[in-house]
Amino acid sequence: MKISIRYFASVREALGSGETIESSAPTLAALREELIARGGAYASALAHGKAVRMALDQVMSAESAPLRDGSEVAFFPPVTGG
Amino acid sequence: MSSARVFIQTHDFDLQQEVAALHAGDCRVGAVCTFVGTVRDRNHGSDVSSMELEHYPGMTEKAIEAMIDDAHRRFDILGARVVHRIGMLEPPDRIMMVAVVSAHRGQSFQACEFLMDYLKTQAPFWKKERTPEGARWVDARVADDAALARWGIDAPNA
Repeated sequence: MKISIRYFASVREALGSGETIESSAPTLAALREELIARGGAYASALAHGKAVRMALDQVMSAESAPLRDGSEVAFFPPVTGG
Repeated sequence: MSSARVFIQTHDFDLQQEVAALHAGDCRVGAVCTFVGTVRDRNHGSDVSSMELEHYPGMTEKAIEAMIDDAHRRFDILGARVVHRIGMLEPPDRIMMVAVVSAHRGQSFQACEFLMDYLKTQAPFWKKERTPEGARWVDARVADDAALARWGIDAPNA
């Protein structure tokens, strides 16, 4: 399935603003795993133990959230607005 | 009551105009509560010369709209408006504002604080500040998560 990925703030600086990929990852956690497996900047920017927040279709979501074809996923650090 | 409630913009805002637009001459309103956040020139012991604000277009507006809906469910308020700037800002520029109107003060005070606690930890904005030691991303604060938890919302950010 086609997943559109967006990166923001420090994650964007490390990985660029985003990409569209073909993936069979069933959940956000699995997609993160898949990206980490690329190694390099992906492995460090999305590393476990690093505070990475996720959104699915523009809603803050837990790692267990299920993906479907056409999902929009975003990875970013904790938010600091206000 | 004006229908648009969330404004994300690079330009500054005028608090009086924003309040007038929210109030809209509604004579049921007896209380207006506002909060304005501004850029400080010090953070974590460093001088801050400027700050750049990034956001997630689309999600930001949706997230804040949902927060205002939640505020309407929780509090007896007549309306709320959020304006948040993005881009380059300097001390002492205004960053953002929340305004709430209600019949009596208690509900608008509470809703204003609720919206701020919510926005601080759940709206997709990020600040990068410039200091003499270089540019750095601002860290989220655990205290802000605790502030949100007071409202019974368990959604840790920091």
